[in-house]
Amino acid sequence: MQLYLPIAEVSVNAFVLLGLGGLIGFLSGMFGVGGGFLITPLLMMIGVPPGVAVATGANQVVASSISGALAQFKRRAVDLPMGAVLTGGGLAGSTLGGYVFDLMSRLGQTDLFVQLSYVLFLGLIGTMMLTESINSLRRTGKAQVRRSHVHSWVHRMPFKMKFRASGLYISVIPPLLVGAAVGFLSAIMGVGGGFVMVPAMIYLLGMPTKVVVGTSLFQITFVTGYTTLVHAVTHHTVDMMLALLLIIGGVIGAQIGARVGVRLKAEQLRILLSILVLAVAVKIGFDLLLTPAELFSVTRVAS
Amino acid sequence: MKHWLLALCLMVLPVQAEEIVSGVSQSGVSITTSFDGASILVYGAALRDAPAPTWPLMEVIITVEGPSTPLVIRKKDHVAGIWLNRGSVKITAAPSFYAVASTKAMGDILLPAEDEKYHITIPQTINAAAAPSADQAPYIEALQRIRRASGSFVLAPDSVLLLRQALFRTDISLPANLVEGPYKVRIFLTRGGQVVDMQESQIDVQKAGVERALYKLAMEQPLVYGLLSLLMAMVAGWGAQELFKRLRI
Repeated sequence: MQLYLPIAEVSVNAFVLLGLGGLIGFLSGMFGVGGGFLITPLLMMIGVPPGVAVATGANQVVASSISGALAQFKRRAVDLPMGAVLTGGGLAGSTLGGYVFDLMSRLGQTDLFVQLSYVLFLGLIGTMMLTESINSLRRTGKAQVRRSHVHSWVHRMPFKMKFRASGLYISVIPPLLVGAAVGFLSAIMGVGGGFVMVPAMIYLLGMPTKVVVGTSLFQITFVTGYTTLVHAVTHHTVDMMLALLLIIGGVIGAQIGARVGVRLKAEQLRILLSILVLAVAVKIGFDLLLTPAELFSVTRVAS
Repeated sequence: MKHWLLALCLMVLPVQAEEIVSGVSQSGVSITTSFDGASILVYGAALRDAPAPTWPLMEVIITVEGPSTPLVIRKKDHVAGIWLNRGSVKITAAPSFYAVASTKAMGDILLPAEDEKYHITIPQTINAAAAPSADQAPYIEALQRIRRASGSFVLAPDSVLLLRQALFRTDISLPANLVEGPYKVRIFLTRGGQVVDMQESQIDVQKAGVERALYKLAMEQPLVYGLLSLLMAMVAGWGAQELFKRLRI
């Protein structure tokens, strides 16, 4: 069944979109990530313009992260002050990302910019996750040492604040910066940024694992919601029809994925996720390196 | 020799009046949710005061032209190992859709001077807005290549059916990725490469129903539209969670 998307102005098969949403939802339910890093490149591959793919991707992440955020909130696994600080940074980062996105599209480098960000961030995070989880698989059985107090540069900054749920007394500058970086990525890549934020919260801020997922989902819901609004107001690139189909497929897929995920070991899940992340990075990287079939591209500009 | 004389007579004598009477199968195209392209039928006949001259033969050219938009054509170059956009050419206006259907190959039935005057062939419709310089030529060629591959530019020689030198018809298919606006339909009668008569009509392509409502809201009330998108995402995300929780019990 062909479906005409009113904002993207392309006709696509509705079942392809539902399937795409379902697949991403399945993976995101299984791995506990938003899946924005998969949806934006996949939408571009089926012919959705990059701007619409980024903005609609952000809208889809709102749907996939809000249910998780609510569930975590009920379990009291959200550090609200930390979430608020991260969100504050995130809104600033997202606004800045929007400006940079505009600048790049005026220079005609949107594609390159989005592709390079994907290769860089996914490549980095994927490699880190893969080596980390392989190492921890090797370590199983041996005694694990977890340092509870790491005094680093994070603890020597001014504007300290107490984060009770995380048991932290640290400067607000590092969480603001982490939030801003994630908000920036959300605006230019159409992702939630959980794959960057979760490791940053654990290793950089030293937050306990039990509040990490809930707090990151809390921040992602607000920041991607804000990103969606910014794109809708300034670029008119949010396609509600497209988002609706992705979300319907996504929420169903997520529930199935969550049930499958429970049966797998955490380490196995992380290895699979890191391979998936690396595969996307390699695919986009190859597109930049290989000689394209068509050197020219045509872009409609606003009159 | 006879033909040559006849041709001379025709050139000296005033061109005999031949007038187009034509119709289009529909006056508008609605882009609805299930829109997957459309086919329009253009038909007509040549009205004459006197019997038709036997030579040169009458030929028919039919064009359908979508709304023009400004464009940027970019070219990728190999820089430091990666492919990135380097050169670019701005086109002030190029039709978003253009189809040329004719009874024979365009080169045989239309003189270049007439093409220049009426902007009938595809290169002419692009050049109409901006005269290209030599280094812009590959960009203009690329635009035509890309648009022809995507079905936005259509060249269909031999696709106009002409009966008894009087009745003609052709089907023109519009692709699914149509831009809204007025689509100009032009019919040309030519003899010996000269345009004898031309007629113009219009088809309105508009989004309809949900498509129209969403598009209008997104453009005119972007904040409301954005908030509505968020609401939809939140209701769907939260609703699915609740639904599956109930189903499990």
